[in-house]
Amino acid sequence: MPADIPSLYFLIVSALVFAIGAIGVLVRRNAIIIFMCIEMMLSAVNLTLITAAHYLNSLDGVLMVFFVMTVAAAEAAVGLAIFVLLFRNRKTIKADEINLLKG
Amino acid sequence: MVEQVFYWIAFIMTSMTALFAAVMVITRSNPISAAMFLVLNFVSVAILYLLLRFPFIAVIQVMIYAGAIMMLVVFVIMLLNVEEEERRKKIAVSLAQVISVVLVLMLCAQLVVGVGIQKIPGKHGAFTAEQLAEVGDVKAVAQMLFTTYLFPFEIASIILLVGIIGAVILSKKER
Amino acid sequence: MIDWVWLIPLFPAAGFLVNGLFGRWMNFDKRVVAWTACSALGLSFVFSVLVFFSLLQLAPEARAAVPDRVLFDWIVSGDFRAVVGYKVDPLSIIMALVVSGVSFFIHIYSVGYMHDDPGFTRYFAFLNLFVFMMLTLVLANNFLLMFVGWEGVGLCSYLLIGFWFDRDAPANAGKKAFVVNRIGDFGFLVGIFLIFAHLGTVEFTGVFAKASTLDTTTVTIITLMLFLGAAGKSAQIPLYVWLPDAMEGPTPVSSLIHAATMVTSGVYMIARCHVLYTMAPITMATVAIVGAATAIFAASMGLLQFDIKRVLAYSTISQLGYMFLAVGVGAFSAGIFHLMTHAFFKGLLFLGAGSVMHAMSGELDMRNMGGIWKRIPITFWTFVIATLAIAGIPGLAGFFSKDEILWQTYNSGHRYLWLVGAAAAGMTAFYMFRLLFVTFLGKCRASDEVKKHIHESPAIMTIPLIVLAVLSVIGGYVGIPHVLGGRNFFDEFLAPVLGGPPLGSGGHTAFSLVRPAFAAGGLAEEHGFNMEIMLMAVSVAIAVIGIGIAFYLYLWKTEVPKRLGERLKGLYRLVFNKYYVDELYEACFVTSTKRLGTFLWREFDDGVIDRSVNLVARLMLGIAGVLRRIQSGRVQGYALGIILGAVIIILFLIR
Repeated sequence: MPADIPSLYFLIVSALVFAIGAIGVLVRRNAIIIFMCIEMMLSAVNLTLITAAHYLNSLDGVLMVFFVMTVAAAEAAVGLAIFVLLFRNRKTIKADEINLLKG
Repeated sequence: MVEQVFYWIAFIMTSMTALFAAVMVITRSNPISAAMFLVLNFVSVAILYLLLRFPFIAVIQVMIYAGAIMMLVVFVIMLLNVEEEERRKKIAVSLAQVISVVLVLMLCAQLVVGVGIQKIPGKHGAFTAEQLAEVGDVKAVAQMLFTTYLFPFEIASIILLVGIIGAVILSKKER
Repeated sequence: MIDWVWLIPLFPAAGFLVNGLFGRWMNFDKRVVAWTACSALGLSFVFSVLVFFSLLQLAPEARAAVPDRVLFDWIVSGDFRAVVGYKVDPLSIIMALVVSGVSFFIHIYSVGYMHDDPGFTRYFAFLNLFVFMMLTLVLANNFLLMFVGWEGVGLCSYLLIGFWFDRDAPANAGKKAFVVNRIGDFGFLVGIFLIFAHLGTVEFTGVFAKASTLDTTTVTIITLMLFLGAAGKSAQIPLYVWLPDAMEGPTPVSSLIHAATMVTSGVYMIARCHVLYTMAPITMATVAIVGAATAIFAASMGLLQFDIKRVLAYSTISQLGYMFLAVGVGAFSAGIFHLMTHAFFKGLLFLGAGSVMHAMSGELDMRNMGGIWKRIPITFWTFVIATLAIAGIPGLAGFFSKDEILWQTYNSGHRYLWLVGAAAAGMTAFYMFRLLFVTFLGKCRASDEVKKHIHESPAIMTIPLIVLAVLSVIGGYVGIPHVLGGRNFFDEFLAPVLGGPPLGSGGHTAFSLVRPAFAAGGLAEEHGFNMEIMLMAVSVAIAVIGIGIAFYLYLWKTEVPKRLGERLKGLYRLVFNKYYVDELYEACFVTSTKRLGTFLWREFDDGVIDRSVNLVARLMLGIAGVLRRIQSGRVQGYALGIILGAVIIILFLIR
């Protein structure tokens, strides 16, 4: 039974995946890879929620994951459209070459 | 007992795969291979969901993340035909990157310590794994989705609609 | 009907909005503008009359107790509550009648007078706004709303004095009026603050009901402060200096604002607050003395002026002095009575002067007039009636009201003040007839060019003259003294508000503090009646003497004034230059204030404020220069910030 695997281990896995994703976001320059890392972080959070749902015998966490996935899907659509637009205008998707927000 | 051992082995292997895939995602210079490792990561996370007895979410994870979103990403990568990140001759690591890694490791340590010293907070619900197995988690989730979470569900549909329209408007060619 | 009182000020406000907002934009025809303005006033007057008659139908005691017509809450904050509400009682309705009635006729007159002015629309918009503000002032049921009207009429006065702002003199005169009024308004405002601080309300009913809880010192300070406001608005010593200059405005404006209505609002305000004033004998004495002093001082300044409107201006100041004398000795209804009759005949005098200017191609100096009475008969005869009225000739309005004031003054024990008032009456008769004789009679001294153009004004200007002339004749008959076998309707009508006529006398010495106005007793009635008739005769005699001197000097022996002037050169010059008061003020206040202002500008403003502001700006620039590097535009840098924040927050959470 999975109940014998303490929730701690699932949570640690999720924390590690989250951290790796965060490193990817901060270190990589390719915007699409950054985007993928963000998706990975989201799914790590989902794992936390599912773990909590399992050990609390509750379905609320599952539904939360459901909504996170919905938002992630919408985000993917818009985000990738932005990349297409960005690439069309600036011929690059390197995150460090895009500094329109510079003050 | 045999079941227990099988579960432990399954857990260790899938989590190792997930972490390995995650590391590969952030180290590949070719976006396509990064995307493939991300799919691997998603699938192993889906197996973890299965271990936690939520087959519905596991299926959804594979369909939406590994299927839909990743396909979109791969599509865009191909469409843009992005050149590979040139391999850096020397390992030119900037100060900002070092700081980033240190900070994230700190965050990770904090998270691990955090989950270690604290029990999962929150109310216990009425759905034990046995009950779920009996009714089927699809039915249980659907029941909650269309009663308690009806309003957020509708909002989610609006978000998707907005996402579609936004994507269309953004990628439309300007004249 | 009384509930409709809020319509009275509403109509002029609507007229102002229509003409002010759309007049220029939609390029209204002059006829439309005139009809809008005049019909607004006409409706306002009609409603005043209707409210007046419905008030008359109530029992006398009920008239003062009509509940306030509250329209809406205006400022509500904690215990403080100010409403927009109107008060109907005999006092306010008389003021509303006078204001809306006289304004109505002056509006009609203005249509003719201002006909060729390019600022026609602006003029009528301002005039309507003025009437709205004035009606707000007199109908308000609390001090704060009254103050709104008070400031509003001040604003309109400023706008209309400086109506021809493209010339220097009117613009400066407007500024002067505004600044001088500010001193008075400061006093008024402090008075209101004190009232609220001590009584916790600004509503008239509440204030006067609770007034008895105040101690004498507080009441004295409050009333003195309010009187400072009144002195500013009503041009009393020492704040009268703006009124003569205000004559730079169009003549109907001088007539409406600076003779008939606005300048009398100080008198109205004191009458409205008579409950407070009667509690403060020192203030009452101050008011009476200032009033009497102003009466004679201004009258003497009017003696030698040649500008026809300035003579009338000094006359106005002097007559306002009379009104203050009246309220100062506790004869509030006599003061209001004189206010009303004065509105009629002084309004008429100004309109007549305007008509003369109209005939003489804008000439103001009476030395260049004379002998024109046959050419402008209506103007002349109405002017004669007004002059007779102001001089106090029996049978006309001015006689009754002026005599009432003098009698009440004498009766209250202020015999010296009576003497001053009587002397001022003599002077009034003298300078008014001097004005009449020099302007209309004798030889014509105008240039041939002007002479050719002399013509009577059109009917639209003469009809208001005739109406006001009729009012100047019959206006006094509402308040015939008992001693002449009449009934003082006016006094009786106002009695529920003002607490009845101050009968009898109790004064011992001339300058003894004024006893409360309602104290009964005193001289035996018989004695009082004889005395009153005697005083009446004396004041008429003084007036006749004044007229006689004027006749002697300016019609019979016209060379005498010049010789007299040369013999008494110093005195002549002193009086002619208005006692050099303007120069004195200039030297004492204006110059030093300017110097102080310049000093503060150079040293404090430039040196301290500007420099510190610049310092702060430079500091911010420096800090921003450092901080802006953080905002590199690199998204990953921002993500790093998020992570850093998360680390710090979790550090606190898992501690």
